[in-house]
Amino acid sequence: METVIEVQGLTKSFGSFKAVDHLNFKVAKGEIFGFLGANGAGKTTAMRMLCGLSKPTSGSARVAGYDVQLNPEKVKQNIGYMSQRFSLYDDLKVEENIRLFAGIYGIPRPLIKTQTEALLEKLHFTEERNTMVRALPLGWKQKLAFSVAVFHQPKVVFLDEPTGGVDPVTRRQFWELIYEAAAQGITVFVTTHYMDEAEYCDRLSMMVDGRIEALDSPQQLKEKMGVASMDEVFRLLARKAKRTE
Amino acid sequence: MNIFSAFVKKEFFHIFRDRRTILILLVMPIVQIILFGFAISVEIQQIRVAFVVSASSPSKTSIQQLARKVDANEICSVTHWYSSVDAVDAAMKKGEIDVAFCFQEKEPHHLQVQMLIDAVNPTIATSESYYLEAIVTDFLRKQQLNTQKSSAVSLIQPSVQMLYNPQMLSAYNFVPGVMGLIFILICTLMTSISIVRETETGTMEILLVSPVRPIYMIFAKMVPYFVISCINLATILLLAYFLLHIPMTGSIISICLLSFLYIFLSLSLGLLISTVVKSQVAAMIGSIMGLMIPVTLLSGMIFPVENMPWALQRVTAIVPARWYISAMRKLMIEGVSITHVSTEIMVLVGMSVFVLLLAFKNFKNRL
Repeated sequence: METVIEVQGLTKSFGSFKAVDHLNFKVAKGEIFGFLGANGAGKTTAMRMLCGLSKPTSGSARVAGYDVQLNPEKVKQNIGYMSQRFSLYDDLKVEENIRLFAGIYGIPRPLIKTQTEALLEKLHFTEERNTMVRALPLGWKQKLAFSVAVFHQPKVVFLDEPTGGVDPVTRRQFWELIYEAAAQGITVFVTTHYMDEAEYCDRLSMMVDGRIEALDSPQQLKEKMGVASMDEVFRLLARKAKRTE
Repeated sequence: MNIFSAFVKKEFFHIFRDRRTILILLVMPIVQIILFGFAISVEIQQIRVAFVVSASSPSKTSIQQLARKVDANEICSVTHWYSSVDAVDAAMKKGEIDVAFCFQEKEPHHLQVQMLIDAVNPTIATSESYYLEAIVTDFLRKQQLNTQKSSAVSLIQPSVQMLYNPQMLSAYNFVPGVMGLIFILICTLMTSISIVRETETGTMEILLVSPVRPIYMIFAKMVPYFVISCINLATILLLAYFLLHIPMTGSIISICLLSFLYIFLSLSLGLLISTVVKSQVAAMIGSIMGLMIPVTLLSGMIFPVENMPWALQRVTAIVPARWYISAMRKLMIEGVSITHVSTEIMVLVGMSVFVLLLAFKNFKNRL
């Protein structure tokens, strides 16, 4: 199995505070990797380092075959990113947003055209191509934002709480998009607070106080802890936290 | 280049879809020029003069001659005659008169005149006093010449000529000032807000994760505001020439080149502010407090730098608008060639380089 993300001793300190403390894990190609943890556990900080948005204090990380410290530009070309906060331009039309981001990732013009049509078709957005993004319902926006994040066929896509505030039906549809991307070989690295979503992941890591406390498939985790639901797994692990927000 | 043009297009969309903002950006210079050109003026339009003469005064004829001379002036008019100085105070308080001439005759053929001026607005009072003094001096000299025709008295006759702005119009002074203000407002304020908005909405993060180089993004932000500023520059110059009749003696190319330099500096300042503040509100306060107020007060736009205390004069040296306005006055009104404003150009270039380097350094440190 090809390894797409490889993290060794990744640490980020702010003064004496260790936001992320010696992380070690590997993620394989096409895997859906859930990154869980209570607020303030260090998820976002870790993810920002993997995306090249912040520099590790020590340790190393390779993403899509490139070291995040030595080759951040190469890493950036091979990843997609969607954040919990809305990540498209409100005052641009649906189609303009797609084209802008396609352009940013250097997709050649003729290709942008055909792929944009295909995407609009797939999302049933053909009617809305000229709608301002701000006029779309939240669930639609998130689906569009995700599609834009994987538009350039990255090796890894990072999703930071992508479904916050979205209703269960739309969330389910959103996950269908994620499965589809994973089936195409795109590795999905996702943080979430919804335990039903955690069940959809191939493997889960649970962060507590900057460290990974548990890492396994949802089924294995439940069995190991001897509980019936992910909710309980989360609560049992999160209870170990000594940090307060 | 493909990426860059995609970004520039995006920025234009942002600006032109916000109808109210674009309207303000394009109409504001017109309003300001009209306001400063016509409505706000420190020139005296009208002086109402009262003559205070006691009924028994023997020099009545010469006083009346003086009154006719004053009245003949297009700005002055003699509106009231009083026999006692007591009436002056009340009339001035009611706003009926601006100036009173009080005549006294202590001994025969020794007429004394005292000028009382309403000095609530000292600028106007000073102008009025110069104006009327000139009329009186002229009158007296002519009288003297008439009476002493026979004796060969040589009088020094000053002939004053106002150069470059013969009518002493304040619009000449304000137009460069308004330009200094408007470019700061549009370039600095709008650029900083537009960059900080991306940070606030979270789109900046997406761009930073993408392979696009920050420098593309930044320059793409500057392009539309540069274009809008150029439109404004054209509007202002046209209005100044056709509406305010400012002669534009200097070369238009020099004026434009200097303005481009100043616009570029303003854009860099906007970038610098955006790297320091975290919210749009902070960007606005930073631009207004940090730039607009110094531009209005310390640039020489309204208050001459030369009249400021020594310490404050030193402070004005770091206000970019001061150098721009000073150079623009020389270029537009005195009509000097661009080599005469090389000091100003050097200072503005130096400031641009410094601000831009600092901004880039800050921008990188944020990651």
